[in-house]
Amino acid sequence: MEHIIFYIFSAILVLSALMVITVRNPVHAALFLVLAFFTSAALWLLLEAEFLALTLVLVYVGAVMVLFLFVVMMLDINLTVLREGFASYLPVGALIATLILIEMALVVGSKNFGLDSVAAPVPHAAGYSNTQALGNVLYTVYVYPFEIAGVILLVAIIGAITLTLRRRPQAKYQDPSQQVLVRREDRVRIIKMPSEKKRGKT
Amino acid sequence: MNMLSTFWTTVPITLQIVIQILAIVLPLSLAVAYLTLAERKVIGYIQARIGPNRVGPRGWLQPIADGIKLLMKEVIIPSGASRALFIIGPILSLAPALIAWAVIPFDNTLVLADINAGLLYIMAVTSMGVYGVIIAGWASNSKYAFLGAMRCAAQIVSYEIAMGFALVGVLLAAGSLNLGDIVRAQTGSLAHWFWLPLLPLFLIYFIAGVAETNRAPFDVAEGESEIVAGFHVEYSGMTFAVFFLAEYANMILVSALAALMFLGGWLSPFQGIPLLQGLFAWVPGIVWLLLKISVLLFLFLWFRATFPRYRYDQIMRLGWKVFIPITIVWLLAVGVAVLYKLPWWFD
Repeated sequence: MEHIIFYIFSAILVLSALMVITVRNPVHAALFLVLAFFTSAALWLLLEAEFLALTLVLVYVGAVMVLFLFVVMMLDINLTVLREGFASYLPVGALIATLILIEMALVVGSKNFGLDSVAAPVPHAAGYSNTQALGNVLYTVYVYPFEIAGVILLVAIIGAITLTLRRRPQAKYQDPSQQVLVRREDRVRIIKMPSEKKRGKT
Repeated sequence: MNMLSTFWTTVPITLQIVIQILAIVLPLSLAVAYLTLAERKVIGYIQARIGPNRVGPRGWLQPIADGIKLLMKEVIIPSGASRALFIIGPILSLAPALIAWAVIPFDNTLVLADINAGLLYIMAVTSMGVYGVIIAGWASNSKYAFLGAMRCAAQIVSYEIAMGFALVGVLLAAGSLNLGDIVRAQTGSLAHWFWLPLLPLFLIYFIAGVAETNRAPFDVAEGESEIVAGFHVEYSGMTFAVFFLAEYANMILVSALAALMFLGGWLSPFQGIPLLQGLFAWVPGIVWLLLKISVLLFLFLWFRATFPRYRYDQIMRLGWKVFIPITIVWLLAVGVAVLYKLPWWFD
């Protein structure tokens, strides 16, 4: 049963990954990428790695791809220009693809990831919590790499924010705190005056 | 009763799950239908009107009449629309609102899937709801729909961060991602519920929930006075009805989660009070949960009748510059309180 589910999800994953690079419409390609992420999350669930699977959905499907789609939908990409010169790029592209393929075969091949070097995963006991196990390892054994990664991300956040903080003198800003602080007396003036009589009538 | 439970064990497990799913989804659909009636009635009375009162006694059959009307209407697919995505859009917005209910505990034992990563599952599933809106807005091939989709995407991504931080606070306080354990961690009395130690997070969670479901005053994705009806302007008949169902199902879901995480879920509000506790001991837990959900749903309707729509830049300011800093500061406070086992809540 588990094998059948695995093969169904793998087939969907490979197909959607293929569709990402073959469909003509960039929005469709981005949506197929979403499908690919979602199916790989399902595969991780089969490995009892529920924390990683749900985080993949939460971060990549729920946030990163939404922003990606946002940009892809806003850009009006002209496909005919993109398809020009396909033949001239083909040799370089093919070379890079073969190189990547060879590298991956060297690293992920059966020599490093075969059954004799990595033992087959054993199903965990009923009370096993993937989240707790990950947390224990992350904050004890790998605490320094984890903290360093956090600092690097923080630097990246600050860098991105400072890049957007350039002052443009011609741009008009609204100051919400000033808007909130406005009182009635600043805007409305009440004038007391006697009611006027219409002329001509008595 | 005994015969019933022995009969239940003979049913195959797949069929059992299907029956359990139906037992959740069917009452939920009924609740969605009557929430639309409740909304029209409540807003009617707030505005000194009567609301729908023609179909059936006191207008009680109005949702059914509306449903039949939407079913009979023609589904128009605009020319130039992306056909497949146009149909997938509403389905993608309803599906997450329904599958999230798998981990919601209705009682101490009454839960479809009692998984350890329940809170994470909820966050992952609800973060997918935005796709329905984005795809619908893009596939309609209409400027208004597209504007609505863009607004919705930006708004949901910003408020999801504040919402996520509020949930991290709950998980810190409860020490578990399991929704059942989160409720059990609030046992004691009304003051043990997490609304008190996590008051800012509770308010932020609920307001962000209103924004996530695109309800007034955060309904810029629809914005009928600015962009006609936003992302679903091209939808008609049943496809429109599915969007409508998704919005109301999401409202019920957000209320249920707020009730579970901050208002003690199925726990009785009279727990720990000497006389009343015994007096109300016979009330089943699910009744308390449904009551709490109803109160929160009423707040949704009340908001809609009271507040004018937020301006778009103010929505963004509220999300990024007000809510996220407050949640981060309160997370630190909760962390310290948990570390030093602050008596009453975290001992």
